[in-house]
Amino acid sequence: MAGTQYRGSEIEDVDQFRKDAKGLASEREKEIGQHIGYRYDVNLVPDYERITPFLKKYIEVMGWDDLNWLEDIHMGYEEGAAAVFDRNINGWVRVPEHIELPDNQQDRDMLARELLVKFQMSDRHPLGTLRKAYSKF
Amino acid sequence: MAGVSDAELKTMTQEERVTALGMRTEQLTGRSMFIEFDEAAEERFTYPWAPEVDFNKRTEIDTGEMTTTEVNRKIRALMAEGYGTIVLKDPRGKHSVGTGILSRLNLIIEGSIGYFGVGLIDGPNVRITGRVGWSCGENMMSGSVVIEKNAGSTFGAAIRGGDLVCRGSVGSRTGIDMKGGTIIVGGDTGALSGFMMQRGRMVVCGNAGKNLGDSMYDGTIFVGGEIKSLGVDAVEAEKTDLDKAWLTRKLTQYGLIDERGVDHFTKVVSGKMLWNYDNLEPTEKKMIL
Repeated sequence: MAGTQYRGSEIEDVDQFRKDAKGLASEREKEIGQHIGYRYDVNLVPDYERITPFLKKYIEVMGWDDLNWLEDIHMGYEEGAAAVFDRNINGWVRVPEHIELPDNQQDRDMLARELLVKFQMSDRHPLGTLRKAYSKF
Repeated sequence: MAGVSDAELKTMTQEERVTALGMRTEQLTGRSMFIEFDEAAEERFTYPWAPEVDFNKRTEIDTGEMTTTEVNRKIRALMAEGYGTIVLKDPRGKHSVGTGILSRLNLIIEGSIGYFGVGLIDGPNVRITGRVGWSCGENMMSGSVVIEKNAGSTFGAAIRGGDLVCRGSVGSRTGIDMKGGTIIVGGDTGALSGFMMQRGRMVVCGNAGKNLGDSMYDGTIFVGGEIKSLGVDAVEAEKTDLDKAWLTRKLTQYGLIDERGVDHFTKVVSGKMLWNYDNLEPTEKKMIL
């Protein structure tokens, strides 16, 4: 079979990438000086028992029955800081340091979803600037 | 940027607008843009430019004699007038119907549509009573699409978010290059479904054709029936309690769960054997060259 194999390290602790920003655990990662793989579990499905009132309201306004696209949003880490990946700008948006993070990934993911929705719908989102500059209609 | 008003921007050419908005000086120094969330951000649920629509305000369009461009422009015009529920009648298999809708809307299509239907959408709930051609829901960002009958190949190609549901069967290469979201197939799916899948979830209630999940990088596939064969680097995995709860919820939501529940579903994930190409073994190299 073509290719080699997965030589990254596994996620073992919710704070793993806050304590160790580089996340170089496996031999291969140490060799290349770069973490292999995601810094969060991309396949983790949401626990709907932990949904927040804001997200419930968002779902209701949109006419959906569940979190819809937000099911793919998780709290990740960039250079040791909690951050959320925003697909609309193809970049990480950081969680302010003074916000206390919950002690488990499910609650952190719900917080990430809330923060991302508020940011994407705000006037300070870069998509608004891009729209003003390039929108054709 | 703050010193330029919208009225001034409207009088400028695109070149002038881009410069005035400070976009010429942007330095792309890495992946990070170093933007921080504003904790005090206003609670909004739609994009600032999205039209205010009311789901209870409903209208119908007879699309029989209209071109696709006319239909799509009419949908936008009606949304600008506040219509939140739009019914398209007599679509006659037109291609690219309902594409590029970027806000909340209930869109009902009474009949069948052609290729690339409801692609590039970000928010609407769409119901199609007939069949759809190739690449329905291609590059979908959010919202839900429910097709009552069958769908063609490359169903949900490169989907990034939202729920794309076909109650019937679909063709081959379902969810090719999918990067998020959920694809649900009530019937069977063809060969090479989940090809190069990067993340997201695919649920097939019936059987899956050969090479399921070929070269998948990440993501999850659930199959209720038989799998003809797994593709390269696709492997079976154990379902977690959270997986079962999610699957039950999702299938119940779309009326696709039967008396067997979800225990009979097979979970398929990436074996992650193809994650690194930087250090090929000599024998592997030989096979490629």
